Amino acid sequence: MKRRPATFRKLSNTLVVGLSGFSALIGLFFLGWILMVVIIRGVSAISLDFFAKLPTPPGVAGGGLANAIVGTLLITLVAVLLGVPLGILGGVYLSEFGGRSKVAAVVRFAANVLMGTPSIIIGVFVYAIMVFPMGHFSGYAGAVSLAVIMLPVVVRTTEDMLRLVPNTLRESALALGAPRWKITFQIVFRAAKSGLLTGVLLAIARVSGETAPLLFTALNSPYWMKSLSGPTANLTVTIFNYAMSPYKDWQQQAWGASLLIMIGVLSATIISRLYLKERKKR
Amino acid sequence: MSEAVKTIFYDTEKPNKPISEKQTKIPGLSARDGSLKWAKESGTLEELSPKISVNDLNFYYGDFQALKDNSLEIYKNKVTAIIGPSGCGKSTHIRVYNRIYDLYREQRATGEVFLDGENILSPGYDIIELRRRVGMIFQKPTPFPMSVRENVAYGLKMHYKLSRSKMMERVEWALRQAALWDEVKGDLDRPAAALSGGQQQRLCIARAIAVEPEILLMDEPTSAIDPIATSKIEDLVVNLKERFTIVIVTHNMQQAARISDFTAFFYRGVIVEYGETEKIFTKPEEKQTEEYITGRFG
Repeated sequence: MKRRPATFRKLSNTLVVGLSGFSALIGLFFLGWILMVVIIRGVSAISLDFFAKLPTPPGVAGGGLANAIVGTLLITLVAVLLGVPLGILGGVYLSEFGGRSKVAAVVRFAANVLMGTPSIIIGVFVYAIMVFPMGHFSGYAGAVSLAVIMLPVVVRTTEDMLRLVPNTLRESALALGAPRWKITFQIVFRAAKSGLLTGVLLAIARVSGETAPLLFTALNSPYWMKSLSGPTANLTVTIFNYAMSPYKDWQQQAWGASLLIMIGVLSATIISRLYLKERKKR
Repeated sequence: MSEAVKTIFYDTEKPNKPISEKQTKIPGLSARDGSLKWAKESGTLEELSPKISVNDLNFYYGDFQALKDNSLEIYKNKVTAIIGPSGCGKSTHIRVYNRIYDLYREQRATGEVFLDGENILSPGYDIIELRRRVGMIFQKPTPFPMSVRENVAYGLKMHYKLSRSKMMERVEWALRQAALWDEVKGDLDRPAAALSGGQQQRLCIARAIAVEPEILLMDEPTSAIDPIATSKIEDLVVNLKERFTIVIVTHNMQQAARISDFTAFFYRGVIVEYGETEKIFTKPEEKQTEEYITGRFG
């Protein structure tokens, strides 16, 4: 048999390794660049006032984004309260009860489509079903729109994480005479605990940077909110408004808000990664 | 299975010869004075009482038929071993006894399986109670993600209303029965996952016997653990049969010979031969059984 020379294979291998490495580096480079700029520009905006004071009109020094920080936290909290239980139950259905049924296939498909839906469309949707009938923007509408965005993420990660739990565990609980719901909540959930938490954290990370849906729902406000039933200040829309403004001090605040959100998203992602790692170790 | 071995099998006169209903009971069994008398190979007589009677059991995974016309009788307080090559339906067969296959939609069984005279396959049968009466140990240890104590108490809490101290007594009793008490009594609150594989398997046995089942199904309980732990579990099985009826699926023929009273040889979903273990391993009636036991196929 005639041997084929290995030179070409070696060369093409080097080429592929080189190209893929280069592409990975480009991605990393931009992430690093963005992080660096946001940190450098943002750090100078962060002060005690930034966390404690209300925004000031342009030109008036010493304002902060306290209301937007609290607003974002509250909107996200309500979104989590709405989206996470629904999402987890949906995931439980897909993994434990729906299986390969038609209904489950439809739900799974719908979740995938919803996950790919541009968030601005979800914002307009919630505007139509909540803001328009109620006649005013509200933090609750903002929370609903974020919950809608979280829902498919939680559904799918819950399903995936529950599926990782080996069937032998379910079978051995079943063999003891446990009913399905008890197995799910007492055993499968415990086994998948860190995975489920990861899914929730990732969903929070996913929505905490959303701007478009809030623009249509929570809008923004320069004041302290009395409740979430009126327009509610939040960081992302503030970034949008302030960064577009011609005022230097507002732009500065926008950098600070960007830094805050990036830290939030980054730490949510990192914590969830650590959880997942711990899970794999066991 | 190599090609040559396959040929040997197909050349036997009656491949896949189904066992007729006559052989439901082990050979050498006769009814006298209203009870079943079993004439042992050794010549002595022993009284037997049937616990499970399987009659024409067929089992399907979707369109695939995994068990064909299985009929046999399992006797009380005896260890019955189920042997046969991989994929012959051994596990499938015992998974019918507690209807664990119910978890999967596409699996179904036809025929009759009587537990103390009641057909467990009939639609109205109380499955939860069935599973309390018929415990199961799996190939891989499956400790629940909780402490040693909670593992053993899990089934107990579900089936019995017990005070804290009574519960603890039962947990201790079950752990002692499973020969695990001395190794874990120091720290019952440690996570079960921290135990060794052999300990985990004994924990699963403790968990299963804590609810006081009548039958223990063991699906290759020692294939995933080391030889020392295996011998511990084998000793355990022999001790436990005083209290429970045990059905054990095993790949290890020495194990079947060591611990069982009766052996059923399965091949391709058919019960080829069923009888006293001593007889199956010394003078089997069927050529296939002999070939399998002597290691010529499987």
